[in-house]
Amino acid sequence: MSAPLYGLVLAGGRSTRMGSDKAALRIGARTQLEQAMALLAPRVARAFVSVRADQRTDPLRGRFEQIQDTREDLGPIAGILAAQERHPASAWLVLACDLPLLDAATLDCLLRERAPERLATAFRSSLDGLPEPLCAVYEPASGAALAAYLASGRNCPRKFLSQADVKLIAEPNPRALDNANTPEEYASAMSALGEAPATTRRVTVQYFALLREQAGRSSEALVTSARTPRELYGELAARYPFSLDAALLRVAINSEFGDWSAPLKDGDAVVFIPPVAGG
Amino acid sequence: MSGPFIFSRTPLEVAALRGALADPACGGFAAFEGWVRDHNEGQRVRLLEYEAYEPLAVREAERIVAEAIARFGVAHAACAHRLGNLSVGELAVWVGVSAAHRDEAFRACRFIIDEIKHRLPIWKKEHYVGGDSGWVNCERCAAPHEHEHTRPGAHV
Repeated sequence: MSAPLYGLVLAGGRSTRMGSDKAALRIGARTQLEQAMALLAPRVARAFVSVRADQRTDPLRGRFEQIQDTREDLGPIAGILAAQERHPASAWLVLACDLPLLDAATLDCLLRERAPERLATAFRSSLDGLPEPLCAVYEPASGAALAAYLASGRNCPRKFLSQADVKLIAEPNPRALDNANTPEEYASAMSALGEAPATTRRVTVQYFALLREQAGRSSEALVTSARTPRELYGELAARYPFSLDAALLRVAINSEFGDWSAPLKDGDAVVFIPPVAGG
Repeated sequence: MSGPFIFSRTPLEVAALRGALADPACGGFAAFEGWVRDHNEGQRVRLLEYEAYEPLAVREAERIVAEAIARFGVAHAACAHRLGNLSVGELAVWVGVSAAHRDEAFRACRFIIDEIKHRLPIWKKEHYVGGDSGWVNCERCAAPHEHEHTRPGAHV
């Protein structure tokens, strides 16, 4: 008799190397977070997204049930432990939100091979032979072991799994667990998916007035798969609580008024212009 | 010598701005000054906070001045706009035009201030006596139709 299976998508990282929120990056029509939740939700009794305290009101993450990290700056292990503490009788299917090539067959293989009597079931990486901690099933008994591991001052979930009583299985699709931490890795994954290789571009966005306050910043550099300023505003409006409809704004590209439908180019500097009030 | 439009974070020097437009061929000079008013739409205003997307605003203002000169045949025109926090009574915007005759000076001056108010990426936040604040033209336009983007702001 195995414990009920809950699902957790880890989306509490800071995406430092990517330069923009990995959960909000697009795979086709969906964000990576939506894609991960769409794969996870049909396979578990309840699906949650793991968040940092300051991400609770993020509109993208706010659409899902959340579990908030209870420990700061410990990486993915904090999200897994917070989930185990909240629902200690459940097993957890844990997924990173930055696995753009993850497919249903890989998850189904993991669940078919799940060994509830062990602490966890995980894939053995085709690259280095080590366990893949962020597409794995953690049984209820792993909670205490993971907490003890953390209490001993360590926080690497991969090392935890390599020392624990874990069932390791082969990956059915060797690229399924390629994670995308940088724009280059993301572009490589997109081209593996058959999407045009140059689907992302680096842009800078400057925010003024009400948009600056609502974004909580005056500028940022980001990697986006948005093809036009209109798509970019849609992407940002999913991340920030923008109250202004795009129809009220104008857009400027590289210090000139621009067109909402013009193709965005690598290196563009974009400004969304709220209703003006000079004089 | 700066261009025909400047932003300033310090009080505008009107005498210098006006002096730069002097020309023996001109018999008329018209100026407009926009001041910070102590009320707007029923609220008592304590302070205005201006910010701008400066590179684009400067370019667009230079185009406005060039349009005014070409359209009204005036000799010289210039404009200056404050940025930052301004108290009630302070000079927020200055427009000056010199021309051979008064009629085109008045018309060009009116044209420039109207265009400045609705074309430049400049924003102002009103800080009210009660402690509230709000971005002018942004806070009450949740629905697209309620806002008229081409209408100059109600303030100044």
